[in-house]
Amino acid sequence: MKGSFPFTAPTWPGGVERRPLERRTGTDYDIAWARRYPARVARALIVDQVLRPVVRVLGSPQLHGLDRLEALEPPAIFAANHKSHLDTPLLLTSLPDRFRHRAVVAAGADYFFPNRVTGAVSALAIGAFPIERRRVSRRSADLAAEFLDDGWSLVIFPEGGRSPDGWGQAFRGGAAYLALRTGLPVVPVHLEGTRRVLKRGAKLPTPATVHVTFGAPLRPGDGDDARSFGSRIEAAVATLADERATDWWTARRRAATGETPSLAGPRTTSWRRTWALDESRRQPAERRWPR
Amino acid sequence: MGRPGFVLEVDRSTPPTLFFHGEGFRLEPLPVGSRVVYPAEPLEPIEDPDDAIRHALLHPLGDREPLPALLFPGMKLTIAFDDISLPLPPMRAPDVRQRVIEAVLDLAAEAAVDDVVLIAALALHRRMHDHELRHALGARVFDAFEPNGLLLQHDAEDPANLVHLGHTDQGEDVEINRRAAESDLLVYVNINLVAMDGGHKSVATGLASYRSLRHHHNVQTMQHSRSFMDQERSELHSSNWRMGRLIAASGVKVFQIETTLNNDTFPKPFAFLQKREWEWSARDRASYFAAAKALDRTPPRIARSLFQTQRAPYGITGVHAGEVEAVHAATTANVYRQQLVPVEGQTDVLTMGLPYICPYNVNSIMNPILVMCLGLGYFFNLYRGKPLVRQGGVLIMSHPTPWEFHPVHHPSYIDFFEQVLSETTDPVEIEAKFEEDFATDPWYVHLYRTSHAYHGVHPFYMWYWGAHALQHLGGVIVVGGDPKAVRRLGFKPASSLRDALEMAEDVVGRDPSITHIHNPPILLADVT
Repeated sequence: MKGSFPFTAPTWPGGVERRPLERRTGTDYDIAWARRYPARVARALIVDQVLRPVVRVLGSPQLHGLDRLEALEPPAIFAANHKSHLDTPLLLTSLPDRFRHRAVVAAGADYFFPNRVTGAVSALAIGAFPIERRRVSRRSADLAAEFLDDGWSLVIFPEGGRSPDGWGQAFRGGAAYLALRTGLPVVPVHLEGTRRVLKRGAKLPTPATVHVTFGAPLRPGDGDDARSFGSRIEAAVATLADERATDWWTARRRAATGETPSLAGPRTTSWRRTWALDESRRQPAERRWPR
Repeated sequence: MGRPGFVLEVDRSTPPTLFFHGEGFRLEPLPVGSRVVYPAEPLEPIEDPDDAIRHALLHPLGDREPLPALLFPGMKLTIAFDDISLPLPPMRAPDVRQRVIEAVLDLAAEAAVDDVVLIAALALHRRMHDHELRHALGARVFDAFEPNGLLLQHDAEDPANLVHLGHTDQGEDVEINRRAAESDLLVYVNINLVAMDGGHKSVATGLASYRSLRHHHNVQTMQHSRSFMDQERSELHSSNWRMGRLIAASGVKVFQIETTLNNDTFPKPFAFLQKREWEWSARDRASYFAAAKALDRTPPRIARSLFQTQRAPYGITGVHAGEVEAVHAATTANVYRQQLVPVEGQTDVLTMGLPYICPYNVNSIMNPILVMCLGLGYFFNLYRGKPLVRQGGVLIMSHPTPWEFHPVHHPSYIDFFEQVLSETTDPVEIEAKFEEDFATDPWYVHLYRTSHAYHGVHPFYMWYWGAHALQHLGGVIVVGGDPKAVRRLGFKPASSLRDALEMAEDVVGRDPSITHIHNPPILLADVT
């Protein structure tokens, strides 16, 4: 009869012990299929034909510093600040071709892989793979290193999540650890303006101009450990932020004397932090269309 | 590793040879027995140019300390750089000047140097447009310095900002940019496209005044520079070297950074232009055919804009920094490594196809005076030892030579063409009779200083650049040029290469030896 087995799932006999459920979500989500050729072709189409036009409409991205990547061959680790859901498609669509079509994105397992459908969409559309962001996970690290060894570039947001208030959060050591482990360079990237388009909690996007600034690739030095190299990556992103806010020369001088403004903003009361951020006054959202 | 340049002897199976023809090109069959001098293929570029630049700054040549040791807080630092006339065509971003200047500024920032000024070393060239500066320096440097008034263009007519440093032992005035002269350190960032560039010429010419430049930019000097691409036999260089040494003796500390490029000149769609014709693939032939036919039907104005937007995919082959003369010796060796082609013996008739660009018409129009300068000034002088063409020989060049001028960039050229060349084409007479009037004309000075015009005296220099060739040659024929413009230059027009070769026989006799210089990419004939 239609509507019952075999058209529906069988019921489990009461006298038979149930096998423990195999977890297939979160960090246990299997993404091997998303690296195969058909999925890659589909992703290339999604990234180039869907995400790119959407990002253009929402953010009309201005790219800076691409020349710094000219001598860089894949794979590489792209580490950026994180303020909005727009960051991932923006960064992904801003990467030069040689990186873009073979890139994976480190995505919070709890948010992007809560169930198999969401996980599949994340893995297919943006090449996401799950990482544990609340604690250090060997599985996440091994998976990321495996991708890098395999020639895939990695997009990672070392803050571990979107900014709750518009200011940056402390960088975690994942990108630095992977660079030390694989010997690959880290490209610091600063994204600006994405919060104006789609901030945390917003339901609808507001078109505004966004800026992507690529920094010179960083390689761990002889005495670097994950902590010190992580600090260098954070400082490099802060310098790029300063470069956007002032100019390249001022930013270089402030970086040399250790006066680069912190990404985390002033350490003061919350209203003063918000006041200091004052996004709408400092950088008014340009209404692009209709004028 | 690219193959070296060589001389081909044309036989019955040699395919027709490529001739540039302004914003177009032609395939011309050369008579059997003619020679074609082919340039070397591009040298392998440096894999990591930024690393090479940093290495050069930290390991200078000659009697100079590493750059970081020359930088200190509170100092006055000036960075001068070559202008729009280099390289040709402009190179694909990032320009080598941007790379070098960013590296210098990185070190300056680390040393807490605040007082930094950038100066485009224009000499008497036109002021660069903002978009050209942005391309040469990159957006980061441009946006950091230009809005703050720290990106300047040298003004050779601003007495307040020039300083007279003295006279050389030959009595030559040495007057250069005041800010450069009074800085604690002057860093000069050069692009050495041909052997003429660089060395003491960078500062002594690029940052000099008219009063100083006239000592070597004159007919006498150019006729005794054989050639000005060979520093050992160039009076132009001797004079610049005397001035450079006086500048150093006056206490101006110059940290010279010279860069060399390979000859990878044309972007992909035009890659066939730097291949040897018999190695053209079906795709190359199709590209040639499509491009040549399309350009024939394209209005010249559009063809010009199309070519002027081309960016060369040059690779960087060398970066040397330190004391001027030590650096320039290494740089020149690097230029020779790419460009030198040994050639045995001179020829009766030298043929050449002139391209759409020369140092003075970037984003502009190649007017008839510049055609003369490119052919008789630059291409003729691309030799070491002896000229490719014998004394009394004939030069045949192919270029449309339109009677057309850029009114903003070349205002004094228009008057030079109308007033001076209609009277005489003799450089000595031109210099004696007309130069001073043009050089001191207040309107030309005003346009040079405030607009984007070449200095009033510049067309004279272009003419002097060809003075050695004019003295040496028995005749000059221009194929496919505007007959009126060609005659005004004092040359003979011909409608085809075959006609030109027949006309040349009137001067050099029957069955002359013919040599074609297959340039660009640039080559330097080492004639023995």
